[in-house]
Amino acid sequence: MNGRRKFLRDVRAFLVSISAIGGVLKLLPAKAFAREASRKGKWYGFGVSVDKCIGCARCMEACKTENDVPREPFYFRTWVERYIIRKDGETVVKAIESNAEAAPDTSGDRSILRSFFVPKLCNQCADPPCVQVCPVGATFQTGDGVVLVNVKTCVGCRYCIQACPYGARYLHPETHTADKCTFCYHRISRDLLPACVEVCPTQARIFGDVNSGSSPLTRFRRMNKIHVLKPALNTEPKVYYASLDGEVR
Amino acid sequence: MSHELTRTLSELLPQIQGYIYPNEIEVHWGLLIVVYPYITGIVAGAFILASLVKVFNVKEVQPLYRLSLLTALAYLLVAPLPLLSHLGHPERSYEMFLTPQPSSAMAMFGFVYAWYLMAVLLIEIWFVYRTDLIAWAEEESGAMKWIHRTLALFSRDKSESALVFDHKALKTITIIGIPSAFLLHGYVGFIFGSVKANPWWSSVLMPIAFLFSAIVSGVALVILLYMVITPLTGGKINMKCVDKGVDFLFYVVIVDFTLEFVDFIHRIYQSEEEIKILSEMVMSKLFMSLVVIQVLLGMVLPLGIIGVTKIFKRRFTLNEDLRKMLYFISVLLIQFGIFTMRWNVVIGGQMFSKSFRGLTTYKMEIGGIEGLLYALFLLVLPLVILTVLLKVLPPWKEMREEGPDLEDGTPGVLPAPER
Repeated sequence: MNGRRKFLRDVRAFLVSISAIGGVLKLLPAKAFAREASRKGKWYGFGVSVDKCIGCARCMEACKTENDVPREPFYFRTWVERYIIRKDGETVVKAIESNAEAAPDTSGDRSILRSFFVPKLCNQCADPPCVQVCPVGATFQTGDGVVLVNVKTCVGCRYCIQACPYGARYLHPETHTADKCTFCYHRISRDLLPACVEVCPTQARIFGDVNSGSSPLTRFRRMNKIHVLKPALNTEPKVYYASLDGEVR
Repeated sequence: MSHELTRTLSELLPQIQGYIYPNEIEVHWGLLIVVYPYITGIVAGAFILASLVKVFNVKEVQPLYRLSLLTALAYLLVAPLPLLSHLGHPERSYEMFLTPQPSSAMAMFGFVYAWYLMAVLLIEIWFVYRTDLIAWAEEESGAMKWIHRTLALFSRDKSESALVFDHKALKTITIIGIPSAFLLHGYVGFIFGSVKANPWWSSVLMPIAFLFSAIVSGVALVILLYMVITPLTGGKINMKCVDKGVDFLFYVVIVDFTLEFVDFIHRIYQSEEEIKILSEMVMSKLFMSLVVIQVLLGMVLPLGIIGVTKIFKRRFTLNEDLRKMLYFISVLLIQFGIFTMRWNVVIGGQMFSKSFRGLTTYKMEIGGIEGLLYALFLLVLPLVILTVLLKVLPPWKEMREEGPDLEDGTPGVLPAPER
């Protein structure tokens, strides 16, 4: 009798504790687990034509100027990588420097199998891990699909920097808040092109609305075989690469 | 500040091996974020030790009960400090409470923390000490009387039924407390384990590995504190209690070791895209801290030492001092091991590029908010708080209850803490 009563008491205590924890978990609304529903209306994306990039670094320069990105070489909203793949399989990657002299001429180097430039920027993921982890909602996705940071509420915990698989974020050394590519949101909302797209001499960078039937981006996506970076992570990047090499990560 | 940062980062540039994304040169979670899981781990571990007594009725470790509760509290009070100091804008941290982002693992920290502090630890300690507080307040005079009376929340009920209620309440709280302690530290593991961008962190085993290493560090620390504090305050170490505690510790270390080993084997056997850069990192940047300190000195060696004392227990029973010394060395080594485990997780996760093409480097500062001195301060602060707690809420009676010679003071009357 006593044993049974004790057992019942223990069960009760257990249930109380479980429901208490359940209460804490309930703070997580279903929204947190639901996927973004409709992406109708404007939904901005970006195209990169790897074969057209000549590594001139004008995009990097334009970006730093347009967006007051710190000049030091540790903070980039966009950068360009140079890949050299040799016949023995060795792959050498370097980020090109914005004010460097022309890259050394390698046309005579017979050990090189292929080489190319790859522009990188924030992928403005449709399912952005940085937005998911931000503890205060300072990083958010706009209705037209651009991921932005609110400088006034960012606490500078840097969880978003850790969560970004593409290394697209940095902590701004002056504001002490997270910073990243905005697709030049101040420009695109006035129907201007992002600065990097504007200055690209070879039209390696294409900007536009994914949902529009006539945008340059739609044409780009129709005319090319498209790949995105790290698709296995299911972040659904909206920076689309044409002629992307498998070595690029 | 910015200038200094630029200088530091420029110094790091030549040390990069291979290719890293240009934004990756700055290691964003430094020493402070190493200290944070270490401290919360101790909280969870110390609490689990306390619940051994209350829930699982392990009578031998009764002398450690109150000490472990106070240790948990002292460390819990310090736990948010490293996080807060690390923020770019600590003055905005209240936003995490006011407008938390429900999908963010980090936003839940405040709530998990507050739950653990308010709903578990403080209430348990209050019920444990209530009758003592009343008794002390009756005997004392002056400031201490009022401190104890206030801490008892002016309750004076010492009746039989009140004691029965205390006992019942304690049991319930401890039962709530165990999953809460698991939640507290499993959750810290989840903060890292859920980052899919980082293959060094992203693992389902992470919360569990964190949990068991937390229990290891908490139990080892309380045993260490007991072995240091008892002689300092003129008591005698109860070897039965230490034997049992170390016994428990031994098995938890084995579980912890197994978990880490499974994780290791799993990674090597699956051998995914990142394996090359990770093994390169382990063999170069983390060799000392991971292979030598964490695994060999922090796990294998103490397991060996404790194992030897278990095998030759009969022989060593004759020589208590030797056993004491071996235990002491083991728990100390285990502490270092767990601290470097935190280091290897946090710093290691940022040593390799997410392009899997290169390694960066971490340069620890000495001064400044991210520096060594401040981290040491944070590691010492809980001990200072513990000293104050031991003065205000002395656990001596219990700590010596089952010691073979409790000379001074009749049972029930507390011997005043020496000094």
